Amino acid sequence: MNKQAAEPHPAVRLVQEEPLYKARVKIHPRTVSGTFTRWRWVLVWFTQLIYYGLPWLPWGERQAFLLDIANRKFYIFGLMLWPQDVFFLAVILILSAYALFLFTAVAGRLWCGYACPQTVYTELFLWIEKLIEGERPARIRLDKAPLDARKFGLRALKYGAWVLLALWTGFTLVGYFTPIKELWVSFWTWSLGPWETFWIFFYALFTYVLAGHLREQVCLYMCPYARFQGVMFDPDTLVITYDPGRGEPRGQRRKGVPPRSVDRGDCVDCGICVQVCPTGIDIRNGLQYECIACGACIDACDTVMDKMDYPRGLIRYTTENALEKGWSRKEMLRHVLRPRIVVYTVILLGIFAALVWAIAHKPDLRVSVMRDRAILAREVDGGAIENIYRLQVMNVTEEARRYAVSVSGIEGIRLDRDGLLEVPAAATQSFTLAVRVPPDTVARGAHTIYFNVRAIGNEEIAVHEKASFLLP
Amino acid sequence: MDLKFTGDLVGFWNLFVIVVVLVSIIGCAVFLWVQSSATHSPGEVTGHVWDGDLQEYSNPLPNWWRWMFYLTVVFALVYLALYPGLGSNPGVFGWSMRGQYDAEMKVAEATYGPKFNQFLAQDVMTVAANPEAKEMGGRLFQTYCAQCHGGDAGGAPSFPNLKDGDWLWGGTPDRIKETIAAGRTAVMTPKGTKPDMDAEQVRDVVHYVRSLSGLAADSVRVQRGQELYPQACAACHGADGKGMTAAGYPNLTDKVWLYSSREDKMIEIVTKGVQNHMPPYGEFLGPAKVHVLTAYVWGLGGGEKPVAPVAAAPAAAQN
Repeated sequence: MNKQAAEPHPAVRLVQEEPLYKARVKIHPRTVSGTFTRWRWVLVWFTQLIYYGLPWLPWGERQAFLLDIANRKFYIFGLMLWPQDVFFLAVILILSAYALFLFTAVAGRLWCGYACPQTVYTELFLWIEKLIEGERPARIRLDKAPLDARKFGLRALKYGAWVLLALWTGFTLVGYFTPIKELWVSFWTWSLGPWETFWIFFYALFTYVLAGHLREQVCLYMCPYARFQGVMFDPDTLVITYDPGRGEPRGQRRKGVPPRSVDRGDCVDCGICVQVCPTGIDIRNGLQYECIACGACIDACDTVMDKMDYPRGLIRYTTENALEKGWSRKEMLRHVLRPRIVVYTVILLGIFAALVWAIAHKPDLRVSVMRDRAILAREVDGGAIENIYRLQVMNVTEEARRYAVSVSGIEGIRLDRDGLLEVPAAATQSFTLAVRVPPDTVARGAHTIYFNVRAIGNEEIAVHEKASFLLP
Repeated sequence: MDLKFTGDLVGFWNLFVIVVVLVSIIGCAVFLWVQSSATHSPGEVTGHVWDGDLQEYSNPLPNWWRWMFYLTVVFALVYLALYPGLGSNPGVFGWSMRGQYDAEMKVAEATYGPKFNQFLAQDVMTVAANPEAKEMGGRLFQTYCAQCHGGDAGGAPSFPNLKDGDWLWGGTPDRIKETIAAGRTAVMTPKGTKPDMDAEQVRDVVHYVRSLSGLAADSVRVQRGQELYPQACAACHGADGKGMTAAGYPNLTDKVWLYSSREDKMIEIVTKGVQNHMPPYGEFLGPAKVHVLTAYVWGLGGGEKPVAPVAAAPAAAQN
């Protein structure tokens, strides 16, 4: 409710007073076509083909990409990752962070405009809305119209289509964690597990609400990325900018008028750049935190410039420095390769190379040696000294294997049984082994020994594990 | 401490918590309600300046945010009605940590109980031959027994070797089960039943005992020891030295030594006596797990067949 001020004193500047909260005004972005819009749709296709398609790819008997949390194994095509490999996840996250810093420092909010799921799904839901309800003017009219049979029908159709897409999205997400082909069968035979059901519908609900209804509210109020982009940009970052030097003073004129002949800038004040904006800002006010760098305003303005026979680029990608100092395009791009960019790139490439090397050299066999705590050392028949060990043998490969174990490190040291171990595929098994040392061979105390575990049939799979032998 | 005083104090803090929680939650809602009619100037700066030039705009918040805040207030009140949070009020659902634990234990018992209970109907020797039971018994052993008896069940000084077929308390299934379920306490009084022995006499008796199992012993001492043995040791270890499994008195004539076969160690044992103890596992593990463990231990090697019941009188069989 507006507080109506009493008759103000003439010296007091009249300030607009408004409530603390405002109702959200629904934004109906106008359809636009151009380079950046094309790129956005390429990314939509690219990301969603991967997202919806990846779980369906097979790899031998199993799904190619499966995050089997229940059994604690991640399958990425031929790679099988165990919980012990969680380090790789940390590295991948660090890589993602550096990649983000790098391309954001170069060209701003590329993630927001092209790859973020919020942007991609909003695009898809908007496309459905446009298909069913029509272009921007028709949609605005429908919003204002009273609820009659036609409006009800259109809305039902739209919400129905949204629900289907959302369900498909939720279903696919769960298919990354449970084999999707079985999930598909379970879904139609009403035999989904409780948690599967929950996640499918929860994620579907979230997709529906966020992409269908909330849209730009996520970017404006919920997402932290908008807020910390301030530290990611610098005066040489490519950002979407309106060129006020060229465009002001703005004003309408007839088509075909040469740009510099009237006492006006290139901006014809058509307002189309505002109409196409999905976050509802006016880019002519400068770079704002709401701008997700989708480039729709660039495409819109270029289209109008073409119609007016004016040069393109009134709204364009440029840098703060270039705009201030009047640099040429070449000079501006030269400043892209600055120390910050170089450092990010070097670090990124370095970590990436290390990650690739580490994954390529991931061991196919892991052995943990645990000394028996109760028995430090034991004397057996004949005076030999015995230590007991428990070997935990992890067969990291996807086929059952047999291994040969031997000990070394003290003269005459040996196992008291045959050193043949059998471990099923992708499994861990424990074996209790007794190791004996003949009497009076070495001094009392602790000695370093080694367990040599070697796969039978594949000499490359071998582990040389250190342990300690005690002589009392 | 005066109970009434304590009761009042507990009651006070209970009330204190309830009041603070409710006032905070409802206070937030009231504050929000009051503020919904407040106004501001959008697009203007608030006036605060940080770090020299950092300022803050006053921009309106979206309405849906306000409704979500009210929703959290409603959620909080409903939650506090259902679950503990208002002081010591347990809530409508009566949830407690102990209650959740009990419920989970019930589920575990229903899930895993049958796996162990299936063997209760079978006798120990049948179970010992079952590979699945052997695996289960092995895991039970590693969890509960290996700390003393060793990862390979081979024992350690004062913890018997379970693989060798030598049983202090008897190796029949029933005796083994008794050992596991009820535990065992072994006592040897210092210097056996002849506490007035001196050091030399103890040494003599030790040499005699060593000679019973073929260990190196001085023949003169053996002679003297042989005379001391009946008074000092025979009451428990038997005149023949074969021991008594009914009471856990070891067989002194075999090659198995629970502590050591070294002369000085044996002298120490005779002089100081023995107090050995195995804790009971019956109540802790329950009959099914004890049954599986018994079968496993029996099957490790050298478990004795159970004693057959006395046969019917031969006269009756001849008919």
